[in-house]
Amino acid sequence: MATSTMAERPPVEREHALFLLREMLRIRRFEEKAAEVYTQQKIHGFLHLYIGEEATGVGAMQAFTADDNIVATYREHGQALARGITAKSLMAEMYGKATGCSHGHGGSMHFFDKRLRFYGGYAIVGGGLPIAVGLALADKLQNHKRITACYFGDGAVAEGEFHESLNLASLWKLPVVFLCENNLYAMGTALERYQARTDISAKAAPYGLPSNAVDGMDILAVEQAARQAAEYVRGGNGPFLLELRTYRFRAHSMADPDLYRTKEEIEQWKKRDPIGLFEARLREWGLLSDSDRAQMEADVAAEIEEACAFADNSPPEPVDDLLKDVEGPVES
Amino acid sequence: MTEFRMPQLGADMTAGKVIVWHKKAGDRVERGQIIADVETDKADIEVEVFTTGVIEKILVEPGQRVPVGTVLAIIREEGKPSAAVAPSEEIPAAPVPAAAPKLVVPRPAPVPVAARAGEAGRVAASPAARKLAEELGVDVATLTGTGPGGRITLEDVQRAAQTLTTAPAAAPEPDRAARMRQAIATSMARSKREIPHYYVSQTVDMSRVMAWLTEENLRRSVEERLLYGVVLLKAVALALREFPELNGFWIEGKGAPSADIHVGVAISLRGGGLVAPALHHTDRQSLGELMKSFRDLVQRARAGTLRSSEVSEPTITVTSLGDQGVEAVFGIIYPPQVALVGFGKMVKRPWVADGQIVARPLITATLSGDHRATDGHRGGLFLTALDRLLQQPEKL
Amino acid sequence: MTYREAVRAALRRALNSDPRVFLMGEDVGRYGGAFAVSLHLLAEFGPERIRDAPLSESAFVGAGIGAALGGMRPIVEIMTVNFSMLAMDQILNNAATLRHMSGGQFNVPMVVRIATGGGRQLAAQHSHSLEGWYAHIPGIKVLAPATVPDAYGMLLTALQEPDPVFLFEHATLYPVAGEVDESAGPADITHAAVRRPGTDVSLIAYGGTLGKAQQAAQLLAEKGVDAEVIDLRVLRPLDTATIVSSVAKTHRAVIVDEGWRTGSLAAEVSARIMENAFDSLDAPVARVCSAEVPIPYAKHLEDAALPSVDGILNAVLQLAPHHD
Repeated sequence: MATSTMAERPPVEREHALFLLREMLRIRRFEEKAAEVYTQQKIHGFLHLYIGEEATGVGAMQAFTADDNIVATYREHGQALARGITAKSLMAEMYGKATGCSHGHGGSMHFFDKRLRFYGGYAIVGGGLPIAVGLALADKLQNHKRITACYFGDGAVAEGEFHESLNLASLWKLPVVFLCENNLYAMGTALERYQARTDISAKAAPYGLPSNAVDGMDILAVEQAARQAAEYVRGGNGPFLLELRTYRFRAHSMADPDLYRTKEEIEQWKKRDPIGLFEARLREWGLLSDSDRAQMEADVAAEIEEACAFADNSPPEPVDDLLKDVEGPVES
Repeated sequence: MTEFRMPQLGADMTAGKVIVWHKKAGDRVERGQIIADVETDKADIEVEVFTTGVIEKILVEPGQRVPVGTVLAIIREEGKPSAAVAPSEEIPAAPVPAAAPKLVVPRPAPVPVAARAGEAGRVAASPAARKLAEELGVDVATLTGTGPGGRITLEDVQRAAQTLTTAPAAAPEPDRAARMRQAIATSMARSKREIPHYYVSQTVDMSRVMAWLTEENLRRSVEERLLYGVVLLKAVALALREFPELNGFWIEGKGAPSADIHVGVAISLRGGGLVAPALHHTDRQSLGELMKSFRDLVQRARAGTLRSSEVSEPTITVTSLGDQGVEAVFGIIYPPQVALVGFGKMVKRPWVADGQIVARPLITATLSGDHRATDGHRGGLFLTALDRLLQQPEKL
Repeated sequence: MTYREAVRAALRRALNSDPRVFLMGEDVGRYGGAFAVSLHLLAEFGPERIRDAPLSESAFVGAGIGAALGGMRPIVEIMTVNFSMLAMDQILNNAATLRHMSGGQFNVPMVVRIATGGGRQLAAQHSHSLEGWYAHIPGIKVLAPATVPDAYGMLLTALQEPDPVFLFEHATLYPVAGEVDESAGPADITHAAVRRPGTDVSLIAYGGTLGKAQQAAQLLAEKGVDAEVIDLRVLRPLDTATIVSSVAKTHRAVIVDEGWRTGSLAAEVSARIMENAFDSLDAPVARVCSAEVPIPYAKHLEDAALPSVDGILNAVLQLAPHHD
């Protein structure tokens, strides 16, 4: 398992470090606000929070360029923000407004952004994997140099589509980085209760592709491992499976009473809060001051307040447009 | 001051019950802290507070089930003075959902279809309307439909059949029509030449008849429903019992009243023809029986299959004008009969009842009488009797 | 040429004219296609463009969707509709939804060819006709080429569509011979077709039942009943106008559909006739569909379960008893 080491010289540049911390903080505060406004009925349906998993979303995203494709799941707020979709656009989408990234058609689980090559947002567990395989196939056939990042959870590993997709990507040597965010639970069922063998990274070898597993709470370790995986795939060697071992501090969704975990277990994991961990190290390395931190907090708060106000004031899509964008000619 | 409200904790949650408060009035709370346990339909959930401050007041006690959005407690935000509850910036006082678009489901793009109701000449009528029309002897082609797109409905057919002059039957063949026309011309001319006609009229308040019919028809199936036309016929027949001199013939210089009452019903045929076959023993048939007989008569008149006895035996004739008709008709007596009763269109007009002006359905009943057999006085009394009978429809 | 040769010719033409087109499915390459449709295409176009896929319907249909998103024009072949259930999630939840769900940002120009139908004694798991289920889904087009020219032309038009198109090829049609004008190019995929004009009753069929309807029409002519035969061709969106026009003329309709009667596509057509041609009807709309039973293996049982020419004759004669 790869981890970063504590060297005399900080292993990261200050600017990049502050950037990483801020990205994680942004996600954290965005999610907290999303939870709050959900209880106020501004967001409806399902809401799956990323709190605790920020390092995997932000860390892995560093390995991908603007030209690469990103496929995510319904627990996608972190990846979407890390990819560069604005908080305004995402909040408006969750408020069901026309200014949302999917025009209010998708909600929390179905974010799409063509310009940023963010291909959703899938509510069926495992549903995005074949899509990622297809995107990679198209790129290979058209000799595009890009690769495809496919985020999914440990639950998806049980679905047939995981196995079919890994096999197909390996067989056809397709440029996919399969990123499994293993938070140890498929909704309410613990990994050891649904997998005969719980080592997810070990499931790649049978399909002929390499893999790695990394501490998902350590953002530098995640970034390093993701870059390695991406480099492998960019070399035209076929796909790679990277398991990111993480934990979600909140329940599966807003409706989940979280009866299947103990408070002690959650508290244990909270001691390894990726934001707290990274912050501590940055301070130790002298890269982060109190005023840096306070400024970061203030900037993020302002951004999120703005996002909420934007969402509040945005109009909904007119009902008369209900049947648009189902089929028919595409405006180029 | 901030209002802490019952939160939405799941897609289909509408209400919740506080099980226990973990904090009480006067306690300090921090953003993110669990402040209470709430029971929803699915599970018990720990609820966090989003404000840092001091609880001023708990408003909802444990055990109470309240809708999502109900204020549960008031919190004085840190740094803000105690004051009357005012909407805070963090938690809006009244979380009114952003104006939800009215649920107007847009109509799907209309499917372009060929012109409705197929080939030219085919009339749009519902299958049920067609069926009834056939039974009642109504020609749908002559009706104006009130259904969508001008379709003829069940009601349209029933209304059309409410008149005694039914829709003109299929036109007889041209030369037969011409011959019928000739016969009628001769007959009518003779009538006017030989019979000294007098005319009396009476305006009858039909409200009792119509009210009684409405109630009576609720008990009947569609095919058995009574039209007011047969009520009129029965009333005429019963009135004739009191005035036998109007029921019968004038033959060779003297009156020959008939012992039986066979009311002839004038039925116009398309092409200008006219027949007036009899309803035998009109006074003895119940309204239901009369309705059946009438329908049957009309059908056969249309089909041209009347029996000669029906055509020759009426002892009096009743003529009526349909919905398109006028308010009164003063007809020509069919010789050798001595009278002709006419009914105009039923109209709503002002009427005086108990000193008040009211709107009532009225019909103008007329009597054309052969002055050799009767005089205006008797004729008038006949109409008065008819009116009287029509005020007690339940007795008919 | 035969129906299967017509499909092959269309595939060849598409592969030659557009480098974005490729065929992907089980046994389409080395095996030559389960129904011999793609015979010899592997040698002609190579393994990148004629891709044999593992038995992973969900993955390769999903990959087709992804490839379409990524700029290709994939033709995905699902061997039969019976196996398509394994890909139903990708079809229903991704192919059909991505355009609308993304607010119109993405579209999926994917063509899926699926063999369908019973009548070959292949028993319950290999004899389904589920076109009606697909026709239920907004966001996709569903076509049923029933003639040899349509087998050729409809595939070409489907490849020009910006949204997913599902082409159902009834397995019994593959050996049927017909004339194809290869210069004709893409066929209409909007309208139904009147295959035999008539005046007394509208026989409405599609795919594998068209032939039975035409046979029935011939027999009815001998009995003095002049039947109009309509080939639906496009199952979603249905060409209501042609159907209504026909019924307005004949006043009677019999729909022949190989799906099971309950909740069938025939039920949808019947509802549309009722909605749009109510006043033209002289008799209730009749449906000749498969019996409510998993399609049996034994020939006489299978024949009894599927729509038959006799079944169509009986249905028609019941509508117009005075004709005989």
